[in-house]
Amino acid sequence: MMNYSSRPPEEPAVHAQDLTVVRGPRTVLRSLDFTVPRGRITGLLGPSGCGKSTLMRAVVGTQAKVTGTLEVLGSPAGHPTLRTRIGYVTQAPSVYDDLTVRQNLHYFAAILDPGRAAADRRHENVTRAIADVDLTTHADALAGTLSGGQRSRVSLAVALLGTPELLVLDEPTVGLDPVLRRDLWQLFHTIAAERGATLLVSSHVMDEAERCHRLLLMRAGEILADGTPDALRTRTGTGTVEDAFLHLVDEATAAGRTQETAKETTR
Amino acid sequence: MSTTHPTTAAPTATAAPAPPRALNLSRTTATAARVLRQLRHDPRTIALMVLIPCVMLLLLRYVFDGSARVFDTIGASLLGIFPLITMFLVTSIATLRERTSGTLERLLAMPLGKGDLIAGYALAFGALAIVQSVLATGLAVWFLGLDVTGSPWLLLLVALLDALLGTALGLFVSAFAASEFQAVQFMPAVIFPQLLLCGLFTPRPNMHPVLEAISDALPMSYAVDGMNEVLRHTDMTAAFVRDVLIVAGCALLVLTLGAATLKRRTP
Repeated sequence: MMNYSSRPPEEPAVHAQDLTVVRGPRTVLRSLDFTVPRGRITGLLGPSGCGKSTLMRAVVGTQAKVTGTLEVLGSPAGHPTLRTRIGYVTQAPSVYDDLTVRQNLHYFAAILDPGRAAADRRHENVTRAIADVDLTTHADALAGTLSGGQRSRVSLAVALLGTPELLVLDEPTVGLDPVLRRDLWQLFHTIAAERGATLLVSSHVMDEAERCHRLLLMRAGEILADGTPDALRTRTGTGTVEDAFLHLVDEATAAGRTQETAKETTR
Repeated sequence: MSTTHPTTAAPTATAAPAPPRALNLSRTTATAARVLRQLRHDPRTIALMVLIPCVMLLLLRYVFDGSARVFDTIGASLLGIFPLITMFLVTSIATLRERTSGTLERLLAMPLGKGDLIAGYALAFGALAIVQSVLATGLAVWFLGLDVTGSPWLLLLVALLDALLGTALGLFVSAFAASEFQAVQFMPAVIFPQLLLCGLFTPRPNMHPVLEAISDALPMSYAVDGMNEVLRHTDMTAAFVRDVLIVAGCALLVLTLGAATLKRRTP
């Protein structure tokens, strides 16, 4: 399961060193070091408010006041060349409520791949993205009339449009029913396996961790642990990732030196 | 290879080769088409935008039933003021919705130039302003007996520039509004003083010198002056050309300021 694909493992999709983010008076991320391997699904897990979204915004390049090193697909985060190579889905669905699903996707497709010459390709991409998120029967419904789960799938479809190399998905499965959640995770695995894309998926639901190749466990702006679900369970001698997380939290609290412990645990 | 971001909100690497910073025609027209498509799903807004100026002119015509000269002056001024106010309101709300719905963040994480977005909005609302102005001018000149010495086409030109100015002001102001309530309150704050001082109620030279000086600095004064030049003179006077240039220049200046408020990186 942990075999790296054809890509060289020495060049990760995301590489962060001493990554710090300040929002207002608060330091949201404190001197993080981590990597996200290419072609894999990396889960970013932690309780609400621990800095997951901020980390993702920093990777995508929409977060201000980022210091330290943050390299994404070989360029500094936020570099203009990355804008067509990253698909980003925010927690709240960001689509136009007064456009239909298809109109939404056609507009964003025209931004990613403009020009009349690309019209056929755009049409294919749009049709495929709608099928990917299983909304073909709702393609001509206004986004505003859809249910919450359906709207977040429209938002996800936008991110799938340009066949991105890196997909950054902020809690994509929140509020979805179990069947849809399973289907979406299958889609994520297909995207990673067949298109060779890297996925960074956040969640505060620990049972989703088991579906990831690799995990970054976060708490209060710091990374508690970094490794495969198996490795985390073995390391902590627990049965589930949730228990492993709780174990690590207790350990960190006891040691009082969260950052150091995280590194020990993973190495 | 790696970059340390300074602690500012500005993106560190914008001058890179990939997505062009200048206007991209396809992306601009795609944006304009999207804005118009959104409006098409909202026929009531279109009807209100187009009909209200006509109804107001009709009302005004019969309010001044006994004094046709007054209707001429006020009617011509209003033909310049309506597009400004409507476009101001529509743009400030539309841009605010773009900001709060997350679609702006998504677009700016994509290879869309800020100029493309602004030009797209200006194009879409400009088209709407043409429809609005053609109907209002046509009604005033041919049915309500507005006595225009100059060419109605020049009235239309000024109306269009006023619409552009309204779009520009709306876009700029929306950056300072955190909610729809605030955005709507900017209308009395930004538009009413100009309305009082533009010469609609009393000729500007009759005002207190301080107020006259202020009115010299407000763009709506020139919009109204321009309209009155067309009303009184058969051909383009030097004063008319100056008024038109000032309104156009103000619109461009404020559009540029508005573009500066669109940040790719936000706190």
